[in-house]
Amino acid sequence: MIGISPVSVSHYLVVGAVLFVVGAICMATKRNALGVLMGVELVLNGANLNFIAFGSKYLRAESLGLDGQLIALFVIVLAAAEAAVALAIALNFYNNHATIDVDQASELKG
Amino acid sequence: MLLAAFDWHSLFFMFFALLTCGFAVAMLFSDNVVHMAFYLILSLGASAGLFFLAGAEFVGAMQLMIYVGGTLVLLIFGVMLTAQSRFISMKTRSGEWVMALVLGGSLLFLLLTAAFRVEDWRDGNPNAADIGIAESKTTTQIGMGFTGVRVDRLDAPEDSTLVPGMSGYLLPFVIVSVHLLVVLVGAAYMARTKRRATSTGAAA
Repeated sequence: MIGISPVSVSHYLVVGAVLFVVGAICMATKRNALGVLMGVELVLNGANLNFIAFGSKYLRAESLGLDGQLIALFVIVLAAAEAAVALAIALNFYNNHATIDVDQASELKG
Repeated sequence: MLLAAFDWHSLFFMFFALLTCGFAVAMLFSDNVVHMAFYLILSLGASAGLFFLAGAEFVGAMQLMIYVGGTLVLLIFGVMLTAQSRFISMKTRSGEWVMALVLGGSLLFLLLTAAFRVEDWRDGNPNAADIGIAESKTTTQIGMGFTGVRVDRLDAPEDSTLVPGMSGYLLPFVIVSVHLLVVLVGAAYMARTKRRATSTGAAA
């Protein structure tokens, strides 16, 4: 057999971990508010990948079953809601301050 | 047969996993916010391929339709609405990069060691080849699960706290749909263009 040894949950966890970490770094370093938002999307997608992997019967004999897929669907819907609200906040911030740089939002700084 | 010599599942997994991780990293290291949005689309689209490979075809289709088709279009509209030349490309200070990469690298190391630590996760399902493709059609089961009936659990031992066969996701489904409606109305209200305050001082 050419290719890696049979795909297991661990391989999916690796991809999910990479997405999570890249998203977290993205949230921490990007100065554009929309870049921070994109980091959040990556983090949610990494978590989703783990749910799918644990729910897949191709990867585990005793899997979560349908629960994993249902929770992944809920996460997708909540991510859409979160993106809509965060985008509205970002646009409001842009309208009021004429900037999208999150470092400029320092009015509550003590 | 040459075709049979390949482990297609592993090869496709490697393909989609490399695309997903590669575009995510490309997004991280790109300064231009338009490029970032494009890389994010490609990364999320490739991860839908991983969903299909894991046998979650309905979730994969939803990923493509809601995420790639809806959420990211919303994001790109946000990028277009705020696209002034000084915000397109914003550099991060190198000190922040070093800090974030060190912390992120250690977190990644922790997660990777954890992923390969559990023996049950490391070796795949030995009987994966016996599962027919017809058994993996989950759309009906998901639809029934959302209406409160778990057709995949009908023979499961009965839980005395639940009505038999009714341990589905009806209540969370209703809550999340109302939540989505409220959130979208709120977002539309918040992002609307405000009318200027009139001379009488009353803000319309």
